[in-house]
Amino acid sequence: MIQLEQVTKTYPKASRPSLDNVSVAIEKGEFVFFIGPSGSGKSTIIKMLLHEVAPSKGRIVVNGKDVTSMRSWKRPAFRRSIGCVFQDFRLLPNRTAYENVAFALEVIGKTKAVARRVVPEVLELVGLGGKEHRYPQELSGGEQQRVAVARAFVNRPLILLADEPTGNLDPDTSIEIMRLLDRINRTGTTVVMVTHDSNIVNQMRRRVIEIESGRIVRDQARGVYG
Amino acid sequence: MRLKYVLSEVMVGLWRNVTMTIAMIITMAVSLTMLGASGLIYVKVAEMKELYFENIEVSIFLETEVTEEQKTAIKASLDADPLIDSVTYVNKEEAYEVFEEMFRDSPDLLSAIDPEVLPESYRLKLVNPQEYEAIGEQYAEIEGVDQVVDRSGVLDKIFNLFSAGQKIALVAAVAMAVAALLLVANTIQVAAYSKRREVAVMKLVGASNWFIQAPFVLEAVVAGLIGSLLGLGALAGLKKFLFDGALSALQGLFAPVSWGEVLLAFPLMAAVGGVISAITAWVTLRFYLRV
Repeated sequence: MIQLEQVTKTYPKASRPSLDNVSVAIEKGEFVFFIGPSGSGKSTIIKMLLHEVAPSKGRIVVNGKDVTSMRSWKRPAFRRSIGCVFQDFRLLPNRTAYENVAFALEVIGKTKAVARRVVPEVLELVGLGGKEHRYPQELSGGEQQRVAVARAFVNRPLILLADEPTGNLDPDTSIEIMRLLDRINRTGTTVVMVTHDSNIVNQMRRRVIEIESGRIVRDQARGVYG
Repeated sequence: MRLKYVLSEVMVGLWRNVTMTIAMIITMAVSLTMLGASGLIYVKVAEMKELYFENIEVSIFLETEVTEEQKTAIKASLDADPLIDSVTYVNKEEAYEVFEEMFRDSPDLLSAIDPEVLPESYRLKLVNPQEYEAIGEQYAEIEGVDQVVDRSGVLDKIFNLFSAGQKIALVAAVAMAVAALLLVANTIQVAAYSKRREVAVMKLVGASNWFIQAPFVLEAVVAGLIGSLLGLGALAGLKKFLFDGALSALQGLFAPVSWGEVLLAFPLMAAVGGVISAITAWVTLRFYLRV
């Protein structure tokens, strides 16, 4: 599902590469943690998988498509197969939970009728039934992240990327979000999560890839934070 | 739904920053008025040139002491010249009548002139009036010819004046267009900034580039088209109040400007206004949104 082949990324003016000759293969339906200290290059991987930054060297294949050679005009179509959640939720403050999720559908050309059918369903799935018409500022952090997860998942993407999704949440809420991501993983969606929340990694017991100074130092099935 | 979304975004965008929108429209309107006026002058000058030069006549004035043999020779070569359509001989008396007509307000001058001192001449109608210069060169040096005269010098001066006016209008149009362009770029940047969250989400979930850009580009195009409509109004005003009003005394001199021609300037103005706005908005977005 995701292959990184000897990927190196050097940002301009950086003294050393953010990623240094990294090779990883992630199978369909896997749940993978990328862990490591800040600046180790974890987030660069997410950006590359989104075709936001290009590797300096190496090849990246996502869902059978070579991202490295992908032209930028193909990026929108490519992104529709990938869901993404972030530490800062990135919700639209002037839209309700329902409208935030529906917006993601409508801007890729789905009709309002489709949104009316699909959005309540996915909000129910993430546990926000009954709170569809709240605005983000009327929701707790955990609830806001659920809206973000609903928005990422509403297209039934093959891959869900999560960049420190629990970074702004308290431990209990974080666990709930992880349960939600786990549930989404069980539907067959590949989940790639970048985190430095050791508690969560230790509880989930999933594949752990540890990165330090741009290099993979550990790749362990059912790993712990260590 | 998508069209409705785009259109409502355009309206919201134009209202959100209404002072800027108005500034953009006014600058655009002035620029396009200048452009339209310049275009009209250009067309008119071309038309008038054709009209005037079509009727240009060349006169060949003879020396006062010209001999009969020389006259016959000149007449013969004029008649044989394929460039010349017809030749009219003007004798001293006829020349004096023309002179009388021209200077009838100056009887002192008239009484001082004796018909005998006025030169005889041949008035020529050319097959192709554009070739008056060739005739001048050909006959000026012949024995018995004093000088070859045409009215092209005066006409050139008049048309140079028109052309200068047209160029000034064009320069003003370009200067205003630069201002309009910068205003469009600025407006689009402000609009993109105020919608940066929406744009970020749209990019993230894979909205197509045209869908992200369309509201901004259309916003600029709508402003450009409103500007061109105002420009059309201004041109119509110029025709009605300046050309048909204040300058109506000069009508005989100018080729008249019809309403049809004013209307014909509109497609030019609308196209330039719309296309320039669209390109500016699009380029601005490429730098600003990097979509």
